[in-house]
Amino acid sequence: MLLIAPSIVFMTLLFGWPMVSGILQAFGGPEGLTTANFTRMAQDPYFWASVGNTLLLIVVMIPIQFVLALAMALLIRAKPRGSSVYFYIWAIPLAVSDLAAGLVWLTVFTDRGYLNSVLASVGLEPFSWLAYDNYASMFMAVLIAEVWRATSLVFVIVVAGLQSIPKDYEEAAGVFGAGFWDRLWHVTLPLLRPSLQTALILRTILAFQTFAVALALTGQNFPLVVGETYRWYTGLQDANVASALALVVMAVSMVTAVGYLKLLKDQSEAPR
Amino acid sequence: MSHATTNKTTAAADHPAPEVDRRPLAKRRRNRILLQVGCILITLFMALPIYLIALSATSSRAALQEFPLSFIPNNFSLETMETFLQSTGILGGLINSVQVGIFTLVLSLIIGVPAGYAVARFAFPGRDPYQLFLLFTRALPIVVLSVPLAQLFLQTGLYDSVLAVVLLHTALALPTTILITSSVFLGVPRDVEEAARIFGCSPVQAFLKVVMPMAIPGIAAASIFTFVMSWNEVLGASILTLNQRTLPAQVLSSLAESPLAYRFAGGFLLVIPALIFIFFMRRYLTNMWGSTIR
Repeated sequence: MLLIAPSIVFMTLLFGWPMVSGILQAFGGPEGLTTANFTRMAQDPYFWASVGNTLLLIVVMIPIQFVLALAMALLIRAKPRGSSVYFYIWAIPLAVSDLAAGLVWLTVFTDRGYLNSVLASVGLEPFSWLAYDNYASMFMAVLIAEVWRATSLVFVIVVAGLQSIPKDYEEAAGVFGAGFWDRLWHVTLPLLRPSLQTALILRTILAFQTFAVALALTGQNFPLVVGETYRWYTGLQDANVASALALVVMAVSMVTAVGYLKLLKDQSEAPR
Repeated sequence: MSHATTNKTTAAADHPAPEVDRRPLAKRRRNRILLQVGCILITLFMALPIYLIALSATSSRAALQEFPLSFIPNNFSLETMETFLQSTGILGGLINSVQVGIFTLVLSLIIGVPAGYAVARFAFPGRDPYQLFLLFTRALPIVVLSVPLAQLFLQTGLYDSVLAVVLLHTALALPTTILITSSVFLGVPRDVEEAARIFGCSPVQAFLKVVMPMAIPGIAAASIFTFVMSWNEVLGASILTLNQRTLPAQVLSSLAESPLAYRFAGGFLLVIPALIFIFFMRRYLTNMWGSTIR
């Protein structure tokens, strides 16, 4: 008991207290409790844009990441020559922060960057990928940078999950004549469920926190919710509205996590 | 000997080999090639951006102005990196980042290792709620903590100090540290510890002299992870500091008004620890992220 006491004290101080004071702050104003902060938050022109962008990014990005990560994990499992080198390179973005990832892809997408250099050298017209009036290309840039950065996490979790599945099951299915896709769909994926579930929850919660990628690539042109918190706090110096935004992020993350757990549990218990 | 071989070859030429179904072999070879092609494509996607930022950060300012940009490192120069390092706040930020990372690492080990050991060894009352609590805090977004903590630190005078960021990062890293170290201690057999006790070690001695040496690699993994998390964390660090910025916070706050070369150099400097970290950690990665929620 003595051993865990410091951690409990520390965590309560740094999680419990800020949480309570954060909630108070979000509802606090010059005269008592109000919801004025939430009204101000919702009336800000950037707010709904940032909510829309965040949701769109998550909805498009997560399926891409899972398919890509699964493909990568299956490739590694097939043990190609040099698989340890591949594993190293594919895992590098795991330790790259979202700010750094944004800056890395800035070299590619900026007006005089590498992508336009390629276009120019094959005789095509350069394109300003990150200009505020090209919403689609801006979204693409942020999406690619995020897929690049965060697929590694899913990849590593799936590789770990695959390692714990005995190869016998798949071989047995193969003996009974199941093709590659059948084996993947009916044998491997159901066995991977716990790993995929963890990855899904972790990825979604982390995806809500993405902001520096967009900030590094597009500045204010592609607002994301957490980026808005940062702007309200540092730019507009309004801690109350920032707290309100933070609370929204937390509520949405929690609801999503619980929702996933329920959804995936119901499916696994449903009769087949 | 040679006569025999010639005989055999002529015999083979006279009677063509019996029909062998070569299709499975060909299919196998084709699959191998497809596998390599797939791997190489993904490697290009993963590695090319890192190559490009390294290239940008080691090109001279003049070379970065050219268009189209060259993909080959033909004018290597440290000019861009040097200018970046001499910009205001960068060197200080670098020092702050390293300090914050090391203090976070030490503090989270001091608090986390005993807790991890307790979780692994003792069935104390309230262990399950405790673990659930850890899982919950691990999923908590950083923003939720940073803004109220900033207010708190303003009142206590901790605001804008290395310690403030250390406390926040330790809180963020602690759940993971406890989870990893407890899984490490689970891997150390209890018998060894009991044997040490029988030979006259006190519980503390048994822990320090027998258990710790066996757990060191795993704990090292946990601490490197903590350092990198702290190095990468940008939002909390920017909210909690004003002058004592960490490197990412400094880069973020001057993003809007800085030239491209500055941003490229900053990005490259932020990526370097990732390359080193993954290189040393590649064996542990699957263990670290493999634990699942059941």
